[in-house]
Formats: sequence, structure tokens, C-alpha cells
Amino acid sequence: MVKTINQIEEEITDEFSLFDSWEDKYEYIIDMGKKLLPLEQVYKKEENKIKGCQSTVWMVSEFKEGRVIYRAESDAVIVKGLVSMLIRVLSGQTPDAIINAQLGFIDAIGMKQHLAQTRSNGLLSMIKQMKMDAGVYKAQQQMN
Amino acid sequence: MQAVAENIGFDVMAVRKQFPVLTRMVKGKPLVYFDNAATAQKPQAVIDALDNYYKLHNANIHRGIHSLAEEATAAYEATRDTVQHFINAPQREEIIFTRGVTESINLVAYTWGRTNLKAGDEIIISGMEHHSNIVPWQLIAEMTGAVLKVIPVTENGELEMEVFYTLLSTKTKLVAIVHASNSLGTINPVKEIIVAAHAKGAVVLVDGAQSTVHLDIDVQDLDCDFFAISSHKVYGPTGTGVLYGKTVLLEAMPPFMGGGEMIKDVSFEKTTWNDLPYKFEAGTPNIADTVAFKAAIDFVNSVGKIAALNYENDLLQYATNQLEQIDGLRIVGKAKHKVSVASFVIEGVHPQDIGILLDNQGVAVRTGHHCTQPLMHRLGLPGTIRASFAMYNTKEEIDVLIAALTKAIKLLR
Repeated sequence: MVKTINQIEEEITDEFSLFDSWEDKYEYIIDMGKKLLPLEQVYKKEENKIKGCQSTVWMVSEFKEGRVIYRAESDAVIVKGLVSMLIRVLSGQTPDAIINAQLGFIDAIGMKQHLAQTRSNGLLSMIKQMKMDAGVYKAQQQMN
Repeated sequence: MQAVAENIGFDVMAVRKQFPVLTRMVKGKPLVYFDNAATAQKPQAVIDALDNYYKLHNANIHRGIHSLAEEATAAYEATRDTVQHFINAPQREEIIFTRGVTESINLVAYTWGRTNLKAGDEIIISGMEHHSNIVPWQLIAEMTGAVLKVIPVTENGELEMEVFYTLLSTKTKLVAIVHASNSLGTINPVKEIIVAAHAKGAVVLVDGAQSTVHLDIDVQDLDCDFFAISSHKVYGPTGTGVLYGKTVLLEAMPPFMGGGEMIKDVSFEKTTWNDLPYKFEAGTPNIADTVAFKAAIDFVNSVGKIAALNYENDLLQYATNQLEQIDGLRIVGKAKHKVSVASFVIEGVHPQDIGILLDNQGVAVRTGHHCTQPLMHRLGLPGTIRASFAMYNTKEEIDVLIAALTKAIKLLR
């Protein structure tokens, strides 16, 4: 049984509730970033780039048995950690669930500032792109 | 440190007391503000001037005959006089108020540029320009058929002057050059550039965005044709700034924008332009911020630019020495003459990651390309971490930066 988006978001929020310093939180995010499976070089091309002002995120997705699988990487490790959490939450879910995901965990774990306009780190664009891909797969599914 | 003790007459604690924001906390830690090249903080005198203007004198200027209009006009025009003396301009009419450097450069591009440039003419800029001194010239080049030439930058972050001399010819109509680089701090030899450009009959625009707050500016000594200033980088309010231009050039230039204030007579057959500087100040200007800009210049004058510059140079020297102790850290921009900007990269670490972790420790720096993408491309970097210092910063704050950096690197490696 695949866990729902809400269940995974709750899991992450619980994990972060153990940390009481910003250092511990970021250490965990950095660790997740380092553990994120690298994207093969062939996928690191312009069309897969989600451009932010400072760091670059590459993302690819595929549709398998009614579920969207995402893979991504970034050149900055904190962004990579944040990306890794987004993948953990959204990859393997149905297009509908992805499109409707609120992703409240980002705020709950105290990382809302990374969605702010000034950060320009591509995280907001990443979420938008993930939902757009899900929308495309949903449309394709309906046409078949 | 002995060097600071030599700064007789400069009392950094007295200066700090004038900046209310410096007492605030960020993420539970005392703010260390090292993003001064982006914008400087404001002293109480500037905040009071803004407040007083709206509380007591607010009116539209140059029009009404009532007392408030007279007071507001006098305050606005007083800033013009203060700026004139601040940069030693020959005449007050040569001080045009704009929104800042970006608008000042665009004003020259769209008025002087559009009337004086034709196909085949050349504009020289440099490889360390801010986007605001690149893009307006690209737009004008496209409109007029003029060609953009670029002075290359050395690995150390200095202009390749010998190449400048080969680019310069009678085809050169304009040289637009940054006085001090926002990304690296390099102070360019603008005086030498101006002499050489004038010898070929070209006019020179100097982008003073970074230099005005640090260096003594004398436009007559420089003999530049245009000089652009942003108030907010000189401890003044945002949204106001200056274009200085030589009268003979300004007189010959068409207006930038049409509207109220900039006209003498309007009829549907023919409209005549107002005299300088009003020809270039269409519409109701940013009165309050311009009025308060005077308080910022008065503040700088009260401290003394030379004393502040000596102190800032000490800070830069100290910061550079301390930063170089960090394993894997490399200073980017090692020009002989620099304003107080320390740009650096750290091996194996993305600048953005450092920026995020410094912010969590109350330290504000800028990370990224600093709106100088061609320069970053030249240096082969995605961006740098930039700590830029103002006269209110201290060595103790630099120590906080070093400790915060050490912690950030430990977390990231």
C-alpha cells in the first residue's frame, strides 16, 4: 500500500519535531541532499532545467501504472535536500493527488522562507513544474 | 588593531548609534549587515527628514503659491544644491533628479544616445558592468545600429587597459564605465579613461552607484560628461538618485519623458521645453525621498568621507586577511585599488548554501551573480559570496562572519 501524501508529510513533520536547533534541521536537510540519487548526466540538459536565480534544479518525470515518478538534482546541497523531500512526498502518487497537494509540511518544518520570492532558488518553480507534469499525464490518461 | 587607532576622528560606535536598524535581531542573533553594496542602511536623520516632510511640509513643488508648496520646493531644491557641492558640479542646473542610477543611464541612452548615435558608431563598456550599464546600451545599439565594444577583465578583476586603447578610435562615440565594481570592488582608472576618450572626441558616462558612498567625487576633476548616483547606496532613501551632466550636453539633448513640469509652453501645434534641470524632470517627482537624500549627504559630510574611507579600507584589509585563513576559500577580485567589497568562493560549496546558513546566524551577505552575469561568466563562476562593508561595520562583526562561515562550511562538508 502506497502511503498518501498527507501521511508522508506527517512523517517528515514528525522527524523535524525532534530537532530544536536550526543547525540540526539544516544538517538533516544537507544530509538528505547528499543522499539524493544523482541524476544521470544525459538528463542535465537545458530542457530539464528549472531555472532559479542562483541555483539550478534539473527534473525529469515519467508516468508508470497511473503514478508519476520524479527524479531531480540541484547544484546547491540545501536545495537538493528540499528537492529530495518533495520527491519523497510526491513521487509515486497519482496525478490527482499531486495536483491537489497543499504541501503544508514545508511551513510546518520551518522552511517556508525557501518558498519566498526573494529566495529565487527554483523550489517554487519546481513545485509548479511537478504539478504541471502531473496535469499533462492526467490529460494523456483521459485521452487514452 | 593599530590601524584603527590611527583613524583619528572616526568613532564607529558614535556612527552606529545613528542607525536604528543595527540594534535589531535576526533569527535570534544580532544583525550583522554586510550587504551594503546592495543598499546601505539609513541613519536616524534620514528617517526624521522623511517623517518631517510628510508631517509638516508635504505639497507639490514648483507650482502652488501657498506656504507648504514653497517649503516643499525649497527643501527639494536644497538637495540639489547639496548634491552639487557633494560632487563639485559647476552648476546646480546640471543635477537632474532621477529614480537612481538605472534611470540616469537610461535617460542618457534614450536622449543623448538616440540623437547622437548612428550605424557604425561604437559604444565602449567593460566586462565588469552591472546589467544596468549593459542593457540600455544594447537596446540603443539595436535601435541606432551602433556597435557595443567590451573592455575585457583580467583574472584579478581589473580592466585590460591596453585592450581599451586598441578599442578606442574616432568611431567611439561613448564610453560607459563603472567607477567601482559592485561584484568585486575594483576601482577603475576612470580619469585615465576619460582623458583618452575625450582625445578621440567621445563622451564618457561614469556609473557611480558604488563609488559615491566611498570615494571623494569631484566631477570637474574627473571631467566626466555624465555621472550617475543612487541615493539608497549613500545612506539615503530608495527611489531617488541623480544624473549629473555637463550643461552643453544636457542643453542639446531632447527630453526623456513628456509631462508636467518639463515644459515651458504647450499648445497642440508646438510645445517648448523648460530650462535645465526641469526639462528632464517630468511629472511630480519623488519629493519626500529626494528631500531626505540631503540628510544622508549631510550625514556623510559630518562624518567626513576621508575618515570613513580610511576606516573602511582597514575593515576590508582585516576581512580579507581573516577570510584567507579559511581552508578552500578564494577571494575573487584582487585589484590593487578596491572599495570595501570582499567577494569570495569556497571550494566544493555552492554560494547559495553559504548564504542560507549565514542568514540563520544573523549575517546578511549577498550571494549569486550580483547582476553581472557576463563578469561571472568571464571568471568561470556561477556566482560569489559577497560581503560589502559600510562605515558602521566593525571588526567584531567580521569576526562573527568568520565564525558563522566556519560553522556553515562544517555543516556543508
